[in-house]
Amino acid sequence: MKLAAREAIDRFVKILFRTTGLLVIGILGGIFIMLLWNTVSFFLHIKPLDFFTANQWNPGGHHASYGILPLMVSTSLVTLGAMLIAIPLGIGTAAFMSEYASKRLRNILKPMIEMLAAVPSVAIGFLGIVIVGPEIAKLTHQANGLNALNGAVLLAIMALPTIITVTEDALQALPSTYREASYSVGANRWQTLRKVIIPSAAPGIIAAIMLGVGRAIGETMTVLMATGNASAFPKGFFHSVRTITATIAIEMGEVPYQTTHYYALFAIAAVLFIITLLVNLAGEYFVNRYRKYQAA
Amino acid sequence: MSEEIIKLSAQGINLWFGNKQVLKNVSVTFPERKVTALIGPSGCGKSTLLRCFNRMHDLSPDARIEGKFMLENQDLYDKKVSVTQVRKRVGMVFQKANPFPKGIYENINYGLKINDVPSKERPGIIEQALKESYLWEEVKDDLKKPATRMSGGQQQRLCIARTVALRPEVILMDEPCSALDPISTRKVEELIVQLKEQYTIVIVTHNMQQAQRVADKTIFMYLGEVVEEGNTNDIFNNPVKELTKNYVSGHFG
Repeated sequence: MKLAAREAIDRFVKILFRTTGLLVIGILGGIFIMLLWNTVSFFLHIKPLDFFTANQWNPGGHHASYGILPLMVSTSLVTLGAMLIAIPLGIGTAAFMSEYASKRLRNILKPMIEMLAAVPSVAIGFLGIVIVGPEIAKLTHQANGLNALNGAVLLAIMALPTIITVTEDALQALPSTYREASYSVGANRWQTLRKVIIPSAAPGIIAAIMLGVGRAIGETMTVLMATGNASAFPKGFFHSVRTITATIAIEMGEVPYQTTHYYALFAIAAVLFIITLLVNLAGEYFVNRYRKYQAA
Repeated sequence: MSEEIIKLSAQGINLWFGNKQVLKNVSVTFPERKVTALIGPSGCGKSTLLRCFNRMHDLSPDARIEGKFMLENQDLYDKKVSVTQVRKRVGMVFQKANPFPKGIYENINYGLKINDVPSKERPGIIEQALKESYLWEEVKDDLKKPATRMSGGQQQRLCIARTVALRPEVILMDEPCSALDPISTRKVEELIVQLKEQYTIVIVTHNMQQAQRVADKTIFMYLGEVVEEGNTNDIFNNPVKELTKNYVSGHFG
């Protein structure tokens, strides 16, 4: 009697969690099909060539133009800036924690950095409007600091925890025999770090960077608040930009249902989806290579 | 034993990891151009003692060391001595072969670069080191091959080549054959016997036969203390202490 009940529970739990698992695949597929479906509808109105080459995003009206180029350049600019800041800082911090810091300091730093990842993006956006923006404005003598640089600084802050944590894990996972080997031939810490540890952990570090890039590309609220969202073609770090994510967030609420403009937002979302998918796949690829290498 | 010169010595060594005392008033000497084996059951402190001589414990913040380590007339822990200088003079081969994840050539080249050996001299030194460790014939056609793709025995001989390339005076070996098959072990042992013509060698081993095959002098340690030291032949065939006798005849450990 008891045994039968136990087996029934076992069966039920198995079915329940299998359903959850399959549901995730279903949702992912559903999102992809939804994006694709609406994107196809968009391309029935606008030629793909125009979409990718037109240098203006000016939806609606008689002279509507749906060029994704300025949005892509904006997203790239902000992401690139963020990575230029976050990669050296992140790897440096991870290396410090793994190789130089005392155990006590490391045990304080690590949870703190992980907590930084938990700060809501809206709060980081505030930071951009209240502190980073005005400082940039003051330094560059501009009317306001809502530009690509502001967004890049904030995204760097948001990508840092990911980059630091994953890099630090990669460095820690290296067998201590590598360090011993290097020290035993007379190398100091810095030589060991630069010539043995970082090259050996390279796949893990690249994975960390990819995850950081993925975080930066897909972030919406922060860039929406900090970059000014001017729809003109972006001219550089000190000019206002409008990323793919911000464009969707701003326009989706007001666009009339099933118009070209409506479909266009799905099309740029599909492009974003493909970019983040590729970045994540690349990250995953390097993480796997890293694991294989560890086993050897 | 004939006249021997003391190359390396330790005097009155006490070592703690945190609150745990691992070495208790250890005093040992190692004769020049001889192989000395450190034997004893696991946890008796022989590897710990070995690692003192090239200051590997500098990396563990909870290690505390008392006593004097001398390489000829040089105090190894003198504040004026740089640790990299110590490690250049006292090389080390580890229990598990630990080549860098680089090519064969680069594995040896790394230590030479670190120690500022002029780049013109390096290829010659690398070839010489590979020949001395009897690896040259096996690898000369593909020096760029990743070291991690060599066999375990080849990797360990590469680690020895990496060490001898720096022309140290002393080579410390921490159970260098424990992960190797009998044939590779034989090759490494032959190499050790060859190397003692130029270097002073200290080897930690769990293998009694190995100690008898390669070592001139043997030191038996137990629970952090030196129980008995002497000529290898005497230690194994004619030990003074009961404890030594029990250990070398396999009654415990």
